[in-house]
Formats: sequence, C-alpha cells, structure tokens
Amino acid sequence: MTAWRWLHVKVRAAGGLLTSRGLRHGHTRLNGPLMLCQNLSTARPLRNDFFKDLEAQLAAMRRKAAEALPGSSWSPVKHHSNLPPERTDIVIVGGGVVGWSIAYWLKQKELIRGGVQVLVVEKDPTYSQASTVLSAGGIRQQFSLPENIHLSLASADFMRNINEHLGVLDEDPVDLQFNQSGYLFLASEEVAHIMEENYSTQRYAGAKVSLFSPTQLKERFPWINTEGVALASYGLENEGWFDPWTLLNAFKRKALSMGVIQCCGEVTNFRYTTNVVTATDGEQLDMSRIKSVRVQMPNSLEYQPVECAIVVNAAGAFSGKLAEMLGIGLGPKNSMKGIPVPVEPRKRYVFVVHCPDGPGLDTPFLIDYSGVYCRREGLGGNYIAGASPEEAEEPDTSNLEVDYQFFEDKVWPALAHRVPAFEKLKVTSAWAGFYDYNTFDQNGIIGVHPLINNMYFATGFSGHGLQHSPAVGRALAELILEGNFKTVDLSNFSFRRILAQEPVLERNIV
Amino acid sequence: MAASLASLHRCCQRSALLLVARRQAFSSSSSPLPLHKRLLLSLTQRFYDVEMVLGWRFQRTRNKLRKKNAYYSYTEKYYGPNIASAYYILSLRGGFRYFGQSEWFHADQRGKFSWDFLNYKDLPLEEVDMSYTVINYTGLVNLEKHRSLRTLKLKGCPEVDDWFLARLHIFQDSLEELDISHCPRITTGGLAALRNLKGLKRLNVSSLSGISNPGLVVILLEEMLPHCLITATGYNYNMWQAEGEGKEEQRQRQR
Ligand SMILES: Cc1cc2nc3c(=O)[nH]c(=O)nc-3n(C[C@H](O)[C@H](O)[C@H](O)COP(=O)(O)OP(=O)(O)OC[C@H]3O[C@@H](n4cnc5c(N)ncnc54)[C@H](O)[C@@H]3O)c2cc1C
Repeated sequence: MTAWRWLHVKVRAAGGLLTSRGLRHGHTRLNGPLMLCQNLSTARPLRNDFFKDLEAQLAAMRRKAAEALPGSSWSPVKHHSNLPPERTDIVIVGGGVVGWSIAYWLKQKELIRGGVQVLVVEKDPTYSQASTVLSAGGIRQQFSLPENIHLSLASADFMRNINEHLGVLDEDPVDLQFNQSGYLFLASEEVAHIMEENYSTQRYAGAKVSLFSPTQLKERFPWINTEGVALASYGLENEGWFDPWTLLNAFKRKALSMGVIQCCGEVTNFRYTTNVVTATDGEQLDMSRIKSVRVQMPNSLEYQPVECAIVVNAAGAFSGKLAEMLGIGLGPKNSMKGIPVPVEPRKRYVFVVHCPDGPGLDTPFLIDYSGVYCRREGLGGNYIAGASPEEAEEPDTSNLEVDYQFFEDKVWPALAHRVPAFEKLKVTSAWAGFYDYNTFDQNGIIGVHPLINNMYFATGFSGHGLQHSPAVGRALAELILEGNFKTVDLSNFSFRRILAQEPVLERNIV
Repeated sequence: MAASLASLHRCCQRSALLLVARRQAFSSSSSPLPLHKRLLLSLTQRFYDVEMVLGWRFQRTRNKLRKKNAYYSYTEKYYGPNIASAYYILSLRGGFRYFGQSEWFHADQRGKFSWDFLNYKDLPLEEVDMSYTVINYTGLVNLEKHRSLRTLKLKGCPEVDDWFLARLHIFQDSLEELDISHCPRITTGGLAALRNLKGLKRLNVSSLSGISNPGLVVILLEEMLPHCLITATGYNYNMWQAEGEGKEEQRQRQR
C-alpha cells in the first residue's frame, strides 16, 4: 500500500513536470531546478486532497449501508419532513388560543424539565377560519356566573403581567395593545332587575363595576340616547379589548420555547379500545380509551398515528365533530353515548364602520339591550359593530361570507337609535367568524368526557373563549397534571351538567 | 444649603430620567444588544444552568419590586391607613402633603426622612408626589383609602403602565391634577381609561414615548376631557404642524 501511494505520487509529480516543461519550453534550463522544487512542494497537498475525498466517500457508503440494514428508519420512499413524532404524552387538537394556552400551562406546571411531552396539532396554520383571530377581542367582568367572573379576573391578571408569563429571553416584550375601556351594558325596564342582581354578584366576586341611572348615564356619556334605558352598568377596571393575534402568538412563542412540539395536520381519526362496563343502575356503558391519534398531513395522503396517553379537544367550533369520530352522539337515542357534544359553529358578522363624528376616545364597549354592540377601532374614527341573529335566523355555516343586508336591517337601526352620531356612517369592511357555540347553555365545557376517560375538553365558550383562554388553560393543566382544579373551581362547567340535562346559564340582559 | 440640595435633587431626577431612557433602549429590539448581553444570551441558549441563573436574577428584581410595593397591612393595622400610606410613600422616596396642611414631607436622596409625619394620624393625604419612584399597580393599593386625594404626580415612573392608569378610577371623585409625563410604558390604550376621572382639571402627558401619534391623541384627549387643561410638550409635532402650532402656542400661554 505504501509503495502504491509512493508510486502514484511519483507519476503525478512527473506529469506536472512534463506539462510545465512543455509549456515553458524556452525557460527549461533556467527554471529547471526551481520547477522541480515547486512540484515537490505541491505533491503533499495533492495527496491529502485525494485521500480526503476517498475517505469521505467511504464514510458515505458506510452510512448508507448502515441505514439500509434492517432495524433502521431508512426507507426508499421520501419522507414528509413535518411528520409528528410517533408517540407523545399529550396531544392537543386545535392550535387556537385555547389550545396553545393549555400547551403553555402544561409546560409551566411540569415538575421537571421535559417531564411531559406535548404536541399541538393544527390543521390550518394560516388560521383562516379559527375563531381566535376573527373575534372582537373584548374582555369583560360583567357576567352573572361567579365562575365566569373569576375566569375573567384571573385572565385580566394574567394579561396585566403578560411579560412575566410569556416573555421570552431576547425577544420583543409582548404588547397586547390593550385598550382600557369598560363595557357599558344598557338594560331596559324588563331586565333591569337582572342587571342589579348581576351587579351584586360581580361586586361580591371582586369585580369593579358601577351602576348608572339614565341621568347619570347622560352625564357621563352625553352622546348616548337614553330613551328606553332603565339602568346601565359600567366596568371600571380590567375591561377593554386587545389584539387576539398577539395573544395567540405570544402563547405559541412561549410554548414552543419551552419545548412544545407543533405539527401542521388534521386529526381525522382515533384508534381506541372499548370496554363494556355495567353501571349501578344496570345500564351498559361503553368506556373507551384513546390509544392513538391519526394525523393527516396537509395536501397529501400521508398520515401518522401518534400514540398518546391524553388527548385534549380544543378544536373550537369543530370540537363536536371531533368527538363524533369517537362515536359520541351516534349511539342510541336515550343512552349516554347518544348525547352529542353540544358544540357547533355559528356564524357571526362583524362590521367595520367609519364615522368621523362618532364618540371617539370616549367610546366604551357598548352593549345595548337590543343585542347590538359597538366599540372603537383605532384612533381614526373607525368602529366595529355587530349583533347576534335570532335563533330562527341563524345564517348558513358552510362558508364565511358576510351578509351586508344584516347590517342594514338588524344592526344599524338599533345602533343609530342608541347613538345618534351613527346615523351618518359608512361600512368600510366586514368579516365573519364562527362562534364555538354551545347549544346547550352557551358556556364552556371543561373537563374529561365521562365515556372516554382520556379525552379532555376545553370548548364551547360561545363568544367569550378568547378572554378566558389564559385562565382556562391553567385550569385544564391543573386538572390533567394535578387531578383537580386548584385556582378557579370549574367543576360546574364539566360534562356532568350535560348528561344530567341541567343547563348552567348566564343570566343575560340581552 | 437649600440651593445645593435643590441642585442635588435635580441631579437625582436626571439620573432617574436616564434610567428611564435606558430601560427603553433595552426594550426596543432595533438597537443591538451590548456585547456582554449577547454573550450571556448565547450562553443561555447552550447551557440550562446559565438560563436558570438569569431566570433567578429576573425573579429577584421582580421580587424586590414586589416587596417595595407590597401592601402595608401591618402598619395600617397599628397606625391607621393614613400613616401606612405616608410610610409607603416615604419608603419609596416620594413626597406628600396632608390634607389642609402646607408642609410637604419628602425623603431625601439617600432615602432618609424625618418621622414627624407620625403626628398627623387623622389627616388624609391631599397631594402625593411619586415622581421617579418604582410605584406600580400593586403599590397603588396603599393609596386606595385616600378618597380626597387632589394631586398625583407620577413623572418618570418606569413601572406606571396602562393598567395603573385604569386603576386610578379609585380617585374618580377627588382627583384634580395628574402628571404622568415621561412614563415610558404608557400607551394610548391606557389614556382612554382617564375618562373615568371626571373631575380632572389639569393633566400632563408630556414626553410619553409609548404613544405613536401624539398630535391626534392629544386632540382626542381634549375631546374626551373637555374641562381639563392638557399639557403635552416634548413631542415632535412636525407631522401635525397645521393644528400643532396653534396648540403649542396656546399651551405656552397657559403656563
Ligand atoms: C365574531 C366573533 C367575535 C368574538 N368576540 C369575542 C370577544 O370579544 N371576546 C372573547 O373573549 N371571545 C370572542 N369570541 C369568541 C372567541 O373567538 C372564541 O371563543 C375563541 O377564540 C375560541 O378559541 P379556540 O382556540 O377554542 O378556537 P379556534 O380559535 O377556532 O381554534 C380551533 C383550531 O382548531 C383547529 N382544528 C379544528 N379541528 C381540527 C382537527 N380535526 N385537527 C386539527 N386541527 C383542528 C382549527 O383549524 C382552529 O384553528 C368571538 C368570536 C367570534 C366569531
């Protein structure tokens, strides 16, 4: 071998000598010894280059051979690079604000670093249909259920200290663009007593709210027409609106920095085992346990089953559909399995109007007893307004098209009646989004499903999911990791009420 | 003596101002971080231990701030709310004046103050000057009981933010004068909350670096608080020349 190497070098050197001699014929004599010297000095690097090449090729061959051996992950077909891992501890279905908040809190509460592996599966990374980014972004304390008030207070506290929670080292601090403006609810004669009761519940829970008579209202907000108003309640603190995108991205950024894995794909099916259990009253129950989640990759036929211990259903408006994949709601009519998850998409319009003579910086988040709401948007004389349609006139939910006639017929008349300045306005744009509407009692469903003992729900918030997402994420993480609620007791929002057919309703004034 | 004290005081104020300015430089992403910061950062990305130490440091500064702004419940229980507030203000190196008195109590630069304030147990506070202190949202609880507070000065407070402004509704019946100039964390979203202060007569919103189009904001504020005299200097009004000049003049005259 050494001999061969030596020989090779010899030949190379000789070749070099030959060519250069051929080229510079006239100078041979003069340069002869010098040339020789040069060639001798280049010989070494040349040899090194060659062997480096050879070694690299050999190494590559060895690698390929090792990959092709049985037991390795090599396959002749090219892989999708974004496949989720084959197994993980917790899979969160739905990467909206609720899903990412749960992911963040799970990581925040894990006892050792990397103690729980969390995967968030989101089918649409552009969020073109997600309620989160299509919402109005408001937060209020004026609810009637103590649970909802406490959720709001906890979430406001979270947002106040958002950079302590969601700040990432050497990234820009989170700026929610929070607008500190209270909600102003107006009540008519018939519902004034409900408002008074709600007011005392709110004060008792620690919310800063005040009641106004029509005269006081006129004094405070001279631009409001108080006709028909019997009582008004106004939030002094922890109310306003913010940018939903920023909150979503902040949760996502922090969760990713803590080691949550994200995956773009759609959950299309589950693999689960079922045991038949006999209840004390003799009813046969199918108790299921999810073994793996099937994640379908976008724009391809490829899918990956992800083995997991726990699944969190945070699919927003489509969480009912997700539960259907497990046979929930498809069983016989009066069995437990026949009760569907009562969450469905409901289309809601938001209209952006321009009105230079509007109330300006003075505008609260106004909610009239007719159901119409409006708030300021930016500083340039823009406002957003909307209303919920009546139950019988729910629009078609197959797309997100906007019905402008709805504004003309339902929103504008009531709005202009309440705020005369809005008689002259121009609709500049509009959008529609899906409420994750709980048809049973319009409140969140939080907790484990009684028939699937490893699927947790955080859905059905029907128009207040965004503001409650920080506190709900924490509550669900507590439920999963610690076994019960620690900070805010949300057991009233569990599935039990749906099985027992006992709705937990907000006492609304609209 | 008095003159030298005054100059010292000014000096201190300036250093606090610089501090405020520096904070901002850190929070803005456009300016590149200094070398030692970058070094620390690359270390953090590589070693969990460094990250943890940095985390502790962050936690410690936060805890310090929390301790300073804690609720003085013990003092309040034994000496009453007025003394508790006074003690809180002086420990944060602020100043105040009791209701109906002419004497101001101030802490000096080293944080020392005379204990004479203990003699006015039954008087609420009328004017409070917390300029250049680290008062924050939670610290405000110590002033909550003073429903006759007329003046509140918060010039150059690095921890005063929009949530703090929203909390000021507790003084809604009495507050007449508010100075929030040079507070780097205040944005337009917080100024909207001042609508709750219906008795406000004078408001200083000068040099708020957190608001993006001050010309428009000042006009909107004037619309929202029609009975209030608004001072807003320290802004570059170039873009708002048309209305801006008139306003500036008017403001000069008012002062
Ligand atoms: C017009 C409007 C105004 C609103 N105003 C307010 C308000 O002022 N204040 C407030 O607090 N709330 C408001 N809301 C409600 C709020 O937006 C929602 O309650 C909240 O965003 C719900 O969050 P989510 O994460 O559960 O749902 P989403 O944001 O909808 O996220 C669910 C995600 O799951 C994904 N997904 C679904 N199925 C699957 C699957 N099989 N596999 C993978 N991914 C899946 C979807 O792509 C989606 O991104 C409003 C809603 C609307 C429509």
